[in-house]
Amino acid sequence: MTKAPEQEHISVQQQDFDLAAEYQALTANNQSDGAVVHFVGLVRDNNLGRQVQALELEHYPAMTSKALSKLVDEARQRWDLGRIRLIHRVGKLSLGEQIVFVGVTSKHRGSAFAACEFLMDQLKTRAPFWKKEHTSEGAHWVAARASDQVKAGDW
Amino acid sequence: MIKVLFFAQLREVLNCASLELEANVSNIAELRAQLAKKGQRWQEFLASDKALVAVNQTLVNEDCTLNSGDEVAFFPPVTGG
Repeated sequence: MTKAPEQEHISVQQQDFDLAAEYQALTANNQSDGAVVHFVGLVRDNNLGRQVQALELEHYPAMTSKALSKLVDEARQRWDLGRIRLIHRVGKLSLGEQIVFVGVTSKHRGSAFAACEFLMDQLKTRAPFWKKEHTSEGAHWVAARASDQVKAGDW
Repeated sequence: MIKVLFFAQLREVLNCASLELEANVSNIAELRAQLAKKGQRWQEFLASDKALVAVNQTLVNEDCTLNSGDEVAFFPPVTGG
């Protein structure tokens, strides 16, 4: 007997995640869902014209999981969803590394697409993570973007 | 007592990760006003348009009431994802 896969997985972790394993966890023994949508956020080399060398992610440990669970609950209230997996990394990350994973399954694609984008948009403005960029000119905290607030508010 | 935490840039500019206060403030607006008395930086960086606030790990508004034993956290707008 294989253990039943989790309907929901939320993790805040330093270590990297394996996309193939995440896809497997979303789809294994899941014959009721016909759609899988996932998003992966990566550390890119340039932000607002500055050459980025690395990122450092701080969070509020007691609040992060709680905030992410709340977003998942809200997504489930809006759409009929199957499995949801949400991973956010913290600590120091190099260029090209994976930062965040959101994976959603549903019977049809519409709900999975919408829920995946909703979760990312809400996470960007409501989950307590902060990025510090390390650049050739030193380290500084990343400023929040007004466009992220607008996107989150559109839902 | 009320426990107050500061994160990210706020922790750095205030040079303070956490402090404890007697619970003699009844809501967030009063707590901000009390902390602002600690100096120019506190007044500037804890302004309601600059620092978000959570009580017991949930984002709240200025009129959220406070009770002894609460954990309050101030932090800049979040930038994860």
